[in-house]
Amino acid sequence: MKYVDEFRTPETVQLLAQKIKTAATREWSIMEVCGGQTHTIMKYGLGQLLPPSITLLHGPGCPVCVTDEQRIDKAIALAAQPGVILCTFGDMIRVPGSQSSLMEAKARGGDVRIVYSPLDALALAEREPGREIVFFAVGFETTAPTTAAAAREAKRRGICNFSLLVSHVLVPPALEAILMSSDNQVDGFLAAGHVCTVMGLTAYEPISAKYEVPIIATGFEPVDILQGILMCIQQLEQGLAKVENQYTRAVTAHGNTAAQRLVSEVFQADDQRWRGLGCLPQSGLRLKDKYREHDADARFDQSAGSAGHSISPHKCLAGDVLRGAIRPSDCPYFKGECTPDHPLGAPMVSSEGACAAYYSYQ
Amino acid sequence: MSDTPSFTPSCPIPNSRNELITLAHGGGGSKTQSLLDNVFRPLFSNDYLNQSHDGAVVPTRNQSAFTTDSYVVEPLFFPGGDIGSLSVNGTVNDLAMCGAQPLYLSASFIIQEGLPLNDLIRIAQSMANAAAAARVKIVTGDTKVIEQHGGAGLMINTAGVGSVEVETELTPRSVEAGDVILLSGDVGRHGIAVMAKREGLDFQTDLESDCAGVAKETLELIRNGIDLHCLRDPTRGGLASILVEIARDGGFDIQMDEMSVPVHDAVRGAAEILGLDPLYIPCEGRFVAFLPEAQASRAVRLLNAIYGSPRAKIIGSVKEGTGIVSLQTQIGSVRALDLLSGEQLPRIC
Repeated sequence: MKYVDEFRTPETVQLLAQKIKTAATREWSIMEVCGGQTHTIMKYGLGQLLPPSITLLHGPGCPVCVTDEQRIDKAIALAAQPGVILCTFGDMIRVPGSQSSLMEAKARGGDVRIVYSPLDALALAEREPGREIVFFAVGFETTAPTTAAAAREAKRRGICNFSLLVSHVLVPPALEAILMSSDNQVDGFLAAGHVCTVMGLTAYEPISAKYEVPIIATGFEPVDILQGILMCIQQLEQGLAKVENQYTRAVTAHGNTAAQRLVSEVFQADDQRWRGLGCLPQSGLRLKDKYREHDADARFDQSAGSAGHSISPHKCLAGDVLRGAIRPSDCPYFKGECTPDHPLGAPMVSSEGACAAYYSYQ
Repeated sequence: MSDTPSFTPSCPIPNSRNELITLAHGGGGSKTQSLLDNVFRPLFSNDYLNQSHDGAVVPTRNQSAFTTDSYVVEPLFFPGGDIGSLSVNGTVNDLAMCGAQPLYLSASFIIQEGLPLNDLIRIAQSMANAAAAARVKIVTGDTKVIEQHGGAGLMINTAGVGSVEVETELTPRSVEAGDVILLSGDVGRHGIAVMAKREGLDFQTDLESDCAGVAKETLELIRNGIDLHCLRDPTRGGLASILVEIARDGGFDIQMDEMSVPVHDAVRGAAEILGLDPLYIPCEGRFVAFLPEAQASRAVRLLNAIYGSPRAKIIGSVKEGTGIVSLQTQIGSVRALDLLSGEQLPRIC
């Protein structure tokens, strides 16, 4: 298959692995930011190909894993309201909030539906004018533009039974939070290629300069990831710290400017709670006031889902995993009390979660 | 079973009536009788069904294999099949996996009020066609009508009886180290075809479900003296799940090569986009066979002669071990396969 098989050829993989071995003369820790990259690393056993001096740390880039429990609680509370259809992406529905998940809410009779795009939820709102359609909008800069498009279309077409429960998060503030933490181990980042496809590279340049870390915009296939690691190590070995682009077939310096314009028309940055990381300044998106009529937070009872305490906050070490402070397999509950059937935290649930990837492939 | 069940290919009730199933069709009165007399009996007609008894008295020989399965699929009609063909082929295949010649089926319909009668007729016709192709007879059945629940509109249960044609039981415990694993065709078509139709995903492909009976193929292997040790069809959970289950049940390891497992380009593409692994996507017309390596090439030739194309392949082998399935990936590394927790869900981005 074009654009897939050529990035999985054993010969290229072995060549890059050999180049990494030759290039690395010291110990380096490299964090891949995106859960999709973590998935590829584990699925293809890329760790087996690296020299022991290279440590891969898994970052906070699984969109459902970083979604705050209280937002999930709110989605569950909305799904239980008569007349509401709660729509969201597939792998969101199994992620536990403080008490239960959307899948359990569905089993209790809530109308929870999986959609592939917020525009599908908007179409549902048109088909079901007597119901309130709420789209639970999660994810990074990659999914924010389609949420923005849905909000703009709803406003333009006057579809007043459509609203958004927004929990979008931004990557650069999370990278800064990791770099500022006292136990930071990250020497260089593989930035998430899809986020960079939308946002370009410019947002990473101040971070790279300020904290003196190489940041490589990297794709998702085995060859992409190994090449990203090689580019990162080459910089580290030469004492460089700059932003580079491995994922040239998708990422440009300025990204998708039309998508960026749409996002800034609909959203504004705001402080945001991340699961496991706490509240990070200006790390999330909220709807601008002119979209208030499509904002589920404004439209529905504010108290819904705001209560609730995590059933196992003292146990789950998701925050340490998401910051790269520990590997999933270092967690004392991994494969014991915590499994995909009985997850203590979100990273064990989603297919992009680091704990689930370790569980499935290790 | 040399005689082919007879059925009327033409629709027994005029299509123009646009009639809907109502609770009255399940009431046991004249509407129920009309459904039986005008839909099911003409389409499924055979000597046993035509006795109009609550059960069927049927002859059997050898040991009997007996199975049941319930079919719930949304949408009811999908590219390459419908709930009718699925409900016959699925049970036929479960009998085939016992090394049996499928003989008789029961068919039980739980219908939601509001289902268009013409849809029911299409589905019954499809069952009749699938039964004829598999040379089984639908000899008894039942119909219930329930209130609307917002589901697809129809659930079907079929049970099946077959005549066992193998001397040794086909179970994971019969598998031996050194056996090879034969796969009868590419994987994942059914899951992707149904999902694409259900979710309205436009992959610009004419991909169809692989929904089909496989008893003809398995019986061909048995009758040609292939020493089968275990048969299994990779339905729910796909190829990976059945291999993990078999390895664990039998207490041996399986080694397989990712590149040897055929996957249609449209299935691969859709799986890449949705973040699904084709090895875990359901099939409805494929089987795997564990057999001695010495008979592998003959078994592949026998199957491919039926298919008229090189569909069947050897995809792996059995080693002594503790129930681990390891997969050599496309890039040459090795990883273990495990059971999924729940169903595969499409990822976000």
